Amino acid sequence: MMNELSNFSGELLQSLSLFWPETTLVITFLITLFADLLSRHKNRLAGYITLAGLIVTGLLLLSQQGVAQTTFSGLLTVDPFSFFMRVTILLSAILVVLFSFSSKELVEGPFRLGEYYMLITGLVFGMFLLSGASNLIFIYLSIEVMSISSYILSGYTKHSKRASEASMKYVIYGAVSSGIMVYGMTMMFGLTGTLNLNEIGMALQTKPVQTMPLLLANLMILVGFSYKISAVPFHYWTPDVYEGAPITVTALLSVASKAAGFAVILRYFHSALTNGGELWQVIGQIDWHFVISVLAVLTMTVGNLVALWQNNMKRMLAYSSIAHAGYLLMAVAVLNNTGMAAVLIYFFIYMLMNLGAFYIVQLVADKTGSEDMEDYVGLGYRSPLIGVALTLFLVSLTGLPPTAGFIGKLYVFTAVVKAGYVWLAIIGVLNSVVSLYYYVRVVRNMYLRDVESQGEKIVFSRPVLTLVLLLAIPTLILGLYFGPLADWASASMAFVTGH
Amino acid sequence: MEIGLNHYLVVSALLFTLGLFGVISRKHAIMVLMGLELILNAANINFVAFAKYGGMNMDGQLAAVFVIILAAAEAAVALAILLKIFHHFRHVNIDEVNQMKE
Repeated sequence: MMNELSNFSGELLQSLSLFWPETTLVITFLITLFADLLSRHKNRLAGYITLAGLIVTGLLLLSQQGVAQTTFSGLLTVDPFSFFMRVTILLSAILVVLFSFSSKELVEGPFRLGEYYMLITGLVFGMFLLSGASNLIFIYLSIEVMSISSYILSGYTKHSKRASEASMKYVIYGAVSSGIMVYGMTMMFGLTGTLNLNEIGMALQTKPVQTMPLLLANLMILVGFSYKISAVPFHYWTPDVYEGAPITVTALLSVASKAAGFAVILRYFHSALTNGGELWQVIGQIDWHFVISVLAVLTMTVGNLVALWQNNMKRMLAYSSIAHAGYLLMAVAVLNNTGMAAVLIYFFIYMLMNLGAFYIVQLVADKTGSEDMEDYVGLGYRSPLIGVALTLFLVSLTGLPPTAGFIGKLYVFTAVVKAGYVWLAIIGVLNSVVSLYYYVRVVRNMYLRDVESQGEKIVFSRPVLTLVLLLAIPTLILGLYFGPLADWASASMAFVTGH
Repeated sequence: MEIGLNHYLVVSALLFTLGLFGVISRKHAIMVLMGLELILNAANINFVAFAKYGGMNMDGQLAAVFVIILAAAEAAVALAILLKIFHHFRHVNIDEVNQMKE
């Protein structure tokens, strides 16, 4: 008995030592709370504390490079894969906090910003947990932690009707889909007798279960995951939430939240439904490749086709982010290590270009008060640097060389073709062609329309331009020199299985 | 007649279906949230029933406790958001809250 207890406490202490980044986030959360209560300075302080907290988290996270271990009796896994995802999430959170400093709708709004930064920390905490979660209930818990933060964040500018509507749609759709997911989880629990992903995988291998309940249970679980990555047909909330929420929050949701969603999908399929190895062999009769392929095709086609009709930049980027989830799902559908590496590479690049695009939409909205595409007419002349940067981000989102987006797409399509899904790759390429239209439409507005009637120059401050360059330069460089990123992604393939 | 696992599963499946039906058919946001509670409680019944009859460990019971807590947290946030919606729109009919169009 004593021995068992000391074993347990030993494991707990060891787990806690690997939990430092997350612990730092919680501490940051609390410090922000108290600083906001005690200080009279309206906005800045909380932001700086959060930024410092995130940077400390990043430093602690870096010390976990190469660690591969399960912690807390199999609840949470610390492995190179979750390391990669957490770095991506943290980088995007830091960038979004920097964006928030200059966001007019936040800084000049009639409310304090302490809670805003607190909730961002909470959101990052949830996403950190989700990228390592390896237990069904823990997955549900992490999804709820991040969802609850993001419901409030998306309605943070609560005097705005749009934002309130956005958060209502988010909470209703989100709660229902996570309810369905948890029901699916109970079925998996009933079928296999365990909540741990690796044990589920083993149980399915040793004593096969009936196909029908297994399919139903996993489709229900997939509903919850698809909602997080806004895959069609669970995307209905996306355009409204992205349009209504403050732009900084939209940017964070479109990148970090999706990263966490993809992390959990990959881990779930790898640990629970396949038997691992280099080529993941699917357990049972169900063709998961096909199920995810269908999801991917639907997602990118609907995303791209509806994006064609959008005139609001935020809404257009919302549909474009749906389309990108489709490309990523294509790489998930092949269910092997190449596909997974492609997802990681794509995600890192997607983070840079998508945050860049959203940041510029934020800047332009702050100066002109409009997110309408028509108001981008002549922008290339009114503010040359911003125009060039936005062009770069949009070209990269289309996936044309020599930008980073091309490299991301290249890896995704290579993985898909290598696994023999040529039809899927063809649909993907056709979709990219469609996406060219709506991205280039913005570029055309900026440079080629009504050049004579161009408005006066828009001047941006130096820190803002630095931040834009900080996103634009890597987007260009990663398009030409992507070796290190690709190496890092393929080194992050190691999932921890077993106990 | 002995009450067994199947009875519980049938009850929970019925609850789940009713909840889902409520979510889909109701316009009033509060009714939708009630449907949602039915879905989550159906999940709880499943967890507990599997834990008791399936010869499994305490995981199921624990999971049910987690689901209850999270459902409460989520309901609190949802109600706060709906309150805000009511301030703006003077009603909480989900279908009619539509400021942003396609």
